[in-house]
Amino acid sequence: MALQAEEKQRLQSIARELRLTVIDVMAWSGGAHVGGSLSIMDILTILYFKYLNIDPKNPKWEDRDRFILSKGHAAAGYIPVLAKRGYFPEDTLKTFNHFGSPFAMHPDCNKVIGCDASAGSLGHGLSMGVGLALGAKQLKKPWKTVCLMGDGECCEGSVWEAAMSAADFGLDNLVGIVDRNRLMIDGKTEDVMKLEPFADKWRAFGWNVLEIDGHDFDALDGALSAAWAAKGQPTLILANTVKGKGVDFMENNVVYHYASGDSALCAKAKASILKEG
Amino acid sequence: MAVVTGTNWNAYDAATMSSREIYGRTLAELGKRNDKIVGITADLAQTTAIVHFAKAFPDRFYNVGIAEQNMMGIAAGLAKAGLIPFASTMAIFACMRAGEQVRTDIAYQNLPVKIIATHAGISFGHAGTTHHCTEDFAIMRAIPNMTVICPADGIETSKAVQACVDVPGPVYIRIGRGFEPPCHESDDYPFEIGKAITMRDGTDLTIICCGIAVLQAMNAAKTLQETDGLSVRVVDMHTIKPLDRDVILKAVKDTRRILTIEEHNVFGGLGDAVASVIAESGKGCVFQKHGLQDTFATIGYAEDLYSYYGLDANGIVDKVRGMMGMEFEADENWDDE
Repeated sequence: MALQAEEKQRLQSIARELRLTVIDVMAWSGGAHVGGSLSIMDILTILYFKYLNIDPKNPKWEDRDRFILSKGHAAAGYIPVLAKRGYFPEDTLKTFNHFGSPFAMHPDCNKVIGCDASAGSLGHGLSMGVGLALGAKQLKKPWKTVCLMGDGECCEGSVWEAAMSAADFGLDNLVGIVDRNRLMIDGKTEDVMKLEPFADKWRAFGWNVLEIDGHDFDALDGALSAAWAAKGQPTLILANTVKGKGVDFMENNVVYHYASGDSALCAKAKASILKEG
Repeated sequence: MAVVTGTNWNAYDAATMSSREIYGRTLAELGKRNDKIVGITADLAQTTAIVHFAKAFPDRFYNVGIAEQNMMGIAAGLAKAGLIPFASTMAIFACMRAGEQVRTDIAYQNLPVKIIATHAGISFGHAGTTHHCTEDFAIMRAIPNMTVICPADGIETSKAVQACVDVPGPVYIRIGRGFEPPCHESDDYPFEIGKAITMRDGTDLTIICCGIAVLQAMNAAKTLQETDGLSVRVVDMHTIKPLDRDVILKAVKDTRRILTIEEHNVFGGLGDAVASVIAESGKGCVFQKHGLQDTFATIGYAEDLYSYYGLDANGIVDKVRGMMGMEFEADENWDDE
């Protein structure tokens, strides 16, 4: 079932505004993991503005859905989403990376309101997600746990320890999403350390794999609604994405894994986002 | 008196059990009182004795297979969900294989995960160096938010396990294989995390020790009293962090001779922690650290290794005698050197 046209437009509009904010954060912070923040923006948008059952006025609400950004370096994409969702004023993003700021290159859940897990060291998020999903079952709570991983991070063995255990424990309340942008710091994932056949690996580890275009809101909606209704098995959404999505000169360009931007570059990036949108 | 309220086993029974078994039985009892307690292990349920909890509460127990990193990450997630996870594996795997998960997932987020690590020190001597752990104090005490405890025997293990439930942050409790006889004759003594226990008073020298060294130090102190007429104080410093500074400074003032003993490398452990307190106090005293002298232990059964490395009563007696002949600068004047 496709999204209503109006809702799709709403999500597209939010994602576009958030991409513009990522460029601002790149400037305010002095440098950010911009490529991987832009690639996950459509995923974050549909999660935070449609799927996650959360209450920004009550960030520690016990029954809220949990979200773990396992690829913590994409905080420059994630933290603006929390601001836009109403956890804290968007104006505070100007402090990003500055002395005493709650916002850094990697998110700290004890400092960032609405953030459910500190992350930054890759390969840690899914285990915590397994713990949260097991905890929900133990406490007979209805919440879902969503863990967003990078594809490069799946080189870490701990991801597969967690994957194995999620299936063994039958965690149908756990949704893994992999941002499959095919680039890591040193180049293409398939050149640095081959991940393919990637979907087969997740299937072999016992997950129900849904492979989609991670920028297509209809596809994201279909996959997430299926994941929300899963029974007996965890769901892995393999979201094919474009690193730097929305900024033409950043797309698929590993140079923009981490970058800083002067005012001219930021203006050029924003113009590209507005043109594409 | 029951070691754990609600159980029917007492200190006398405790003397027949390993520290691990006492841990497992204590946790099984605590599970009845607090339904937030859950257990997790990485294929070492029997070995760490958390199996006692697993049998009592099969629905509150998780075995992740041989995957310690995953175990610690899951424990962090369980704590985030509002539970109090007890995670058990061997000390070497808890502090190193899963070291970053302990630091980043558990301690950095300040989550109430209780890590009960067994086979610490050289207690599993015959297993070889892969299974020794003489670095965990150094690693764990360098991690902010972490409480580090090394109980002296089974009864104290039970007290520490009971006390750690209410600590709002992470706790690391390290025990050995735990076959040694108890050093506490009864469980009728107050135990508080961060408060050392003076097992025996003395005026000539203070032994500050933890774990298996406490009983050996007590035996050494008796021998030294009988044969040398020495009055040796023995302090059971069961909490390595936060350290009981007051007890250390009182010992410096009262006895001016301090010997630390630990089943750990002398780098980074109890001895260094005590040394820092003394150095920062500006007071002079004779001070020696006794333990593994920056070496991987040789192979052998634990008792043979304790003897070889001088961690038994005889070794401690020799160490104390050597220290009695040492002089320290009694005044503050260094110009007359």
